[in-house]
Amino acid sequence: MIGSVKMNMHKLIIAAAALVAGLAMAAPAHAAEAGPQPERQAWSFGGIFGTYDTNQLQRGFQVFREVCSSCHSAHLLAFRNLMEEGGPEFSEAQVRALAAEYEVADPTTESGRRPAVPADRWPSPFASEQEARDANGGALPPDFSVLAKARGVKDPFPTWIFNYFTAYQEGGPDYIHALLNGYHEEVPEDAPHNSDGTPFQLPEGKHYNDYFPGHAIGMAPPLADGSVDYAEAENGAGVPETLEQYSSDVSAYMMWLAEPHLVSRKQTGFVVLIFLVLFAGLMWGTKRKLWAGIEH
Amino acid sequence: MSEHSTYVPGSAVEKWLDDRLPVVRFAKEHLMDFPTPKNLNYWWTFGAILVMCLGVQIVTGIILAMHYAPNVALAFDSVEHIRRDINGGRVIQATHAVGASMFFVALYIHMFRGLFYGSYKAPREILWILGVVIFLLTTATAFMGYILPWGQMSFWGATVISNIFSAIPIVGDSIKQLVLGGFAVGNPTLNRFFSLHYLLPFIIAAVVGLHIWALHVPGNNNPVGVDVKDSRDTVPFHPYYTMKDLFAMVVFMIPFAWFVFFAPDILGHPDNYIMANSQVTPAHIVPEWYLLPFYTILRAIDFNVLFINSKLGGVIAMGGAMLCLLIVPWLDTSKVRAGTFRPMFKWFYGLFVINFIALMYLGAQEAAEPYTTLAKVCTAYYFIYFLVILPVLSRIETPKPLPTSISESVLGNKAHA
Repeated sequence: MIGSVKMNMHKLIIAAAALVAGLAMAAPAHAAEAGPQPERQAWSFGGIFGTYDTNQLQRGFQVFREVCSSCHSAHLLAFRNLMEEGGPEFSEAQVRALAAEYEVADPTTESGRRPAVPADRWPSPFASEQEARDANGGALPPDFSVLAKARGVKDPFPTWIFNYFTAYQEGGPDYIHALLNGYHEEVPEDAPHNSDGTPFQLPEGKHYNDYFPGHAIGMAPPLADGSVDYAEAENGAGVPETLEQYSSDVSAYMMWLAEPHLVSRKQTGFVVLIFLVLFAGLMWGTKRKLWAGIEH
Repeated sequence: MSEHSTYVPGSAVEKWLDDRLPVVRFAKEHLMDFPTPKNLNYWWTFGAILVMCLGVQIVTGIILAMHYAPNVALAFDSVEHIRRDINGGRVIQATHAVGASMFFVALYIHMFRGLFYGSYKAPREILWILGVVIFLLTTATAFMGYILPWGQMSFWGATVISNIFSAIPIVGDSIKQLVLGGFAVGNPTLNRFFSLHYLLPFIIAAVVGLHIWALHVPGNNNPVGVDVKDSRDTVPFHPYYTMKDLFAMVVFMIPFAWFVFFAPDILGHPDNYIMANSQVTPAHIVPEWYLLPFYTILRAIDFNVLFINSKLGGVIAMGGAMLCLLIVPWLDTSKVRAGTFRPMFKWFYGLFVINFIALMYLGAQEAAEPYTTLAKVCTAYYFIYFLVILPVLSRIETPKPLPTSISESVLGNKAHA
């Protein structure tokens, strides 16, 4: 009797899931104006076993420092973060030397400014939002602190259901990587037409990008092949100095910037999950033994 | 209810305490000896799971409040400060945020269990109504909690939902201004929502106390829905159900931990990692998933009825959807509690569950065809289920024969053979 009740509930759940599936399939894709779906990259930090690649984060930091940071702020980044575990893991001496190259405001000093120390935050390139807009043709370069998590990819059915089971959290870096590689010098032939049927018109000072919502982005293509010099590794093996490589590296760096404790979080997660599964097993055994004498 | 008590003070001190404040006697009666039907299935463990969820939210919430700054200029960064700079902050914050979703998973399962097994029927009407009150308070608490990180979805969700109040004739705008502390969502809104978000969980805890009190007067319903006849039908709550509930809690924590540690942001929206900006409207404003069924009902009324405009109509429909839950004990008058013994009810109930999930799905879709028509159909079924199907079934349905007792149902037909 009880078994049959359970069976019915199971059937209900399955039927409900099937209906949701049906509804989702019937739903036409509405992503037309958002451009093509960014391609999923093989991130080292993807999936439940993922961890950051320290070398990649160091390269990504270099791209950020030499290119992005001239317009984009990262006001939640402190210099000390760059030497913390699970990040780019520069040495303390490197971070101190790096910080000393920057000046920060400090009203307690005579000049009002002093060289930065590891405890200081990354100085913003512009003093105010207005100043940033004035320098960038009216567009505001977004702050990088949590940007990789503030962007995402809208997956079609049934991918978004699988995401809950694969713990896919890399929509942000996938989008940023696609965006950096999605520029066109000219408006392409297949650009979407305006709603009144007229061809796509790129506003003055904007650039065409496949992945940017509306396709007209204020940022000029920030990276090109060879625009950043990567140091050669000791064994002489060089990392390719290509747009593809730069955009992967800087996207990974931005993910670390947005989620600096990802590695330790996942490590703790394994301990917690293994404990819970074993504990649940012991509880199950205890419960069965306790109830063994009771007809229920 | 002292008839269940087997408590004998073991020492002079316990005797002294028992004569003055019999807390130990009370605990023994209600947490240990309480006679509980022995045939409860795992759907009955969600009450204990919900107590755990409330506890988790209160404990993590108190810690978050130590570091959070309820000010429009500071709130967003203070939540990031918790994630980045507080020891264990990433996990505490993720537990609280994921915990809200897990709370509603358990809450909905608990409610749908009650709806299937007729747990709202006499003599448990007050127990059920208190449960609905807890649901409404939890919804309000979760909604206000979602405002606190002060992201784009926080801000625009609050803006959209607070507009509900302005639909009320005559006093609507005044109520909206009172709720928001101004003409639009701003610093006063954030301050009062933080204050109320801290207060309401303790009120919920108090109502949970009443809910359990009301449960302990008639005792638990059970999967066959026949009353407890004698002590052979029951087992003491401890150790039988304490053990079973603890096991279920640990199992429930496995998916909970999965989300906290491996996908803490997957249940949220990327836009909430952008600080609130009243000048930029997100392309697509969606409430949290657990509010979506009622949000769909609100949006489904996009037409005027006589002197009621569509906005007020939507608010009436959403309020009515919740009112249906409150009055369901008097809508379903069938004497048989468990859906198992009601051949027609079972199918309508199954459709109701599917319909509810469909309402949830539709709430996340944009206001375009075919969603708007589907939303109307699903909203209609929600009301028809409560207002037509349940009352009519109560009169026309012939239930299957009930077992004479819980013990008989447990032993099955072997007892008769």
